[in-house]
Amino acid sequence: MTGARRRLLPYLLVLPGGLWLVVFFLLPAVQLGATSLYDPAGSLTDGYEMTWAFGNYPDAIRTYWVHFVRSFWYAGLATALALVLGYPLAYVIALRAGRWQNLLLVCVVAPMFTSFLVRTLAWKAILADTGPVVGLLREVHLLAPDGRLLASPVAVVTSITYNYLPFMVLPIYASLQRLDRRLLEAARDLNARPVQVFRTVTFPLSMPGVVAGTLLTIIPAAGDYISAELLGTPREYMIGNVIDAAFLVRLDYPQGAALSVVLLLVILALTIGYLRRVGVEEVG
Amino acid sequence: MEGAQPGARLRLVELTKRFGGVTAVDRLDLTVPAGTFFALLGPSGCGKTTTLRMVAGLEEPTAGRILLDEEEITRLRPYRRPVNTVFQSYALFPHLDVFENVAFGLRRRGVRDVTGQVRAMLSLVQLDGYERRRPAQLSGGQQQRVALARALVNRPRVLLLDEPLGALDLTLRRRMQVELKRIQTEVGITFVHVTHDQEEAMTLADTVAVMNNGRIEQLGTPAELYEFPATAFVATFLGRSNLLSGTVVGRAGEDVLVEAYGERFSVPVVRARSTAGAVLLGVRPEKLRLVATADEVPAGHQAVAGIVTDAAYLGTSTQYLLRTGWGDELSVFAAADGETRPVPVGQAVVAHWHPRYAFLLPAGTSGDGSAAPVEAADAVPANGAGPR
Repeated sequence: MTGARRRLLPYLLVLPGGLWLVVFFLLPAVQLGATSLYDPAGSLTDGYEMTWAFGNYPDAIRTYWVHFVRSFWYAGLATALALVLGYPLAYVIALRAGRWQNLLLVCVVAPMFTSFLVRTLAWKAILADTGPVVGLLREVHLLAPDGRLLASPVAVVTSITYNYLPFMVLPIYASLQRLDRRLLEAARDLNARPVQVFRTVTFPLSMPGVVAGTLLTIIPAAGDYISAELLGTPREYMIGNVIDAAFLVRLDYPQGAALSVVLLLVILALTIGYLRRVGVEEVG
Repeated sequence: MEGAQPGARLRLVELTKRFGGVTAVDRLDLTVPAGTFFALLGPSGCGKTTTLRMVAGLEEPTAGRILLDEEEITRLRPYRRPVNTVFQSYALFPHLDVFENVAFGLRRRGVRDVTGQVRAMLSLVQLDGYERRRPAQLSGGQQQRVALARALVNRPRVLLLDEPLGALDLTLRRRMQVELKRIQTEVGITFVHVTHDQEEAMTLADTVAVMNNGRIEQLGTPAELYEFPATAFVATFLGRSNLLSGTVVGRAGEDVLVEAYGERFSVPVVRARSTAGAVLLGVRPEKLRLVATADEVPAGHQAVAGIVTDAAYLGTSTQYLLRTGWGDELSVFAAADGETRPVPVGQAVVAHWHPRYAFLLPAGTSGDGSAAPVEAADAVPANGAGPR
């Protein structure tokens, strides 16, 4: 009796989470895949017919490949920026902040307590044509007298970078925090100058954090549509905006679904490729 | 091996380190002759590791100077010092294989072709063929050898070893001790070895400095320290000692006369660190012999009567505890030479010794004249004269 119960226990523990995933992830994913193959001639009023219309995919890609490229360009740029900004921040918090460590961590996480939407709208105010940033940049002639930041790729990438920065900082912080300080002393003892200590010991040993951070940033960033919606124009629209419009404006469900599936597969492929290249050994 | 830059002489001058209000190292003066195997021996918290870290440059001295031969290195950054360390935890780089761990220091100095030197060093520590292993795939003893090779390959003028064998089991530790000694003789580099294991210090070192409370209590060869300790701390930290507290009552020719617990003892003047006032009369347990009655005590020997309260048979010797008339306990090691009969617990016996084996220490000191009398016993009760 107890033996049987013990054997069943793992399954029982998996059950709630498993059910949740089946109902809210697996079934919708299957439904999404099915929708992407519906007859594109259908409509909400007439209903959709499953015609295995694989042609939806080439059609969608042919029409919106620019948005795909732009999405990954913006997301990649934002991820690179977040890494450049986030790594030093994580480094200071983990290794140099002393008793300020917890306060600084709270500061990193604090923006998350407000809504994503509110934060993005705040950037609208910050980057407004009459705002302080544009004013200063015009003053120092980094921006033409009639130049603006809003409605430009700069605004969109800035907002994405800002929104996902904590996802970059926290994993890097965690891996630096775990770092055995004695290794840094050993490196210093073995003729390494401070820069060399960082390059040969600190950075390689923080790679798991860097890998996790970049993935946690680029994956949601590639699907982001709020930043382009609020701070950009259709010229800055990303694939998220197109999918959003396909489902809610044009009501072209098959195309929206096909684009979603393509986005999913591209992200999956990039992630696997990335982990193959840098991840496996360092993370494992 | 390469003879251009052999081991250097290490000199510490009034070296002091305070952490907040705590003095970890207190005006330490020390000279380690070039090319010797030197041990800094002391209990944990005595400041020996801090001393080592200051020499390595990982800790900044509050005051004092550090010199290699005539060159002052006190304020040099660690990477500029011709000194390397074998860390207690080894601190091997987990993301690098054995070869790259050993090559680390050479590469940082911009040495182009490291293969020959790394291979030679791995072969010196008997790790040929392990180049591509990761530290996590090695046993404790192997990791220890990598740590040693990684430091030695840089040909430091002084090699610092911070309890390098502390994490190994006893058998392996003994083997590595022999190994360390062989390597030191082979490379001729000055080794400064920090340990709390007196047997390790005595096995390895040409010279041992016993440290306590941030100061050096005594410095000398293992035999000098053992045979004629300078303080009660040394007498009890390095091996065991029976210490009887008494008072000097006079001189008789070449002997100092001491009265303790109502009895008279004599100690040769050359064996006395103090010839007046309150003293501690010390005798090592293995220098004591047991006989049944006072009549059997050989002429010229000193004696104390007591009752056997404990006997532990250890193969090479039997360790007895004697309760003396005044309530103290004496430790006696009787060698298992096949001639002495075992003495049963409860038997009244007389322990005797030749005066030339006794030594006289000033009472109430721990070497620097400032410490409290109870200190030595407090610091290492397990190694004291009392029962284990």
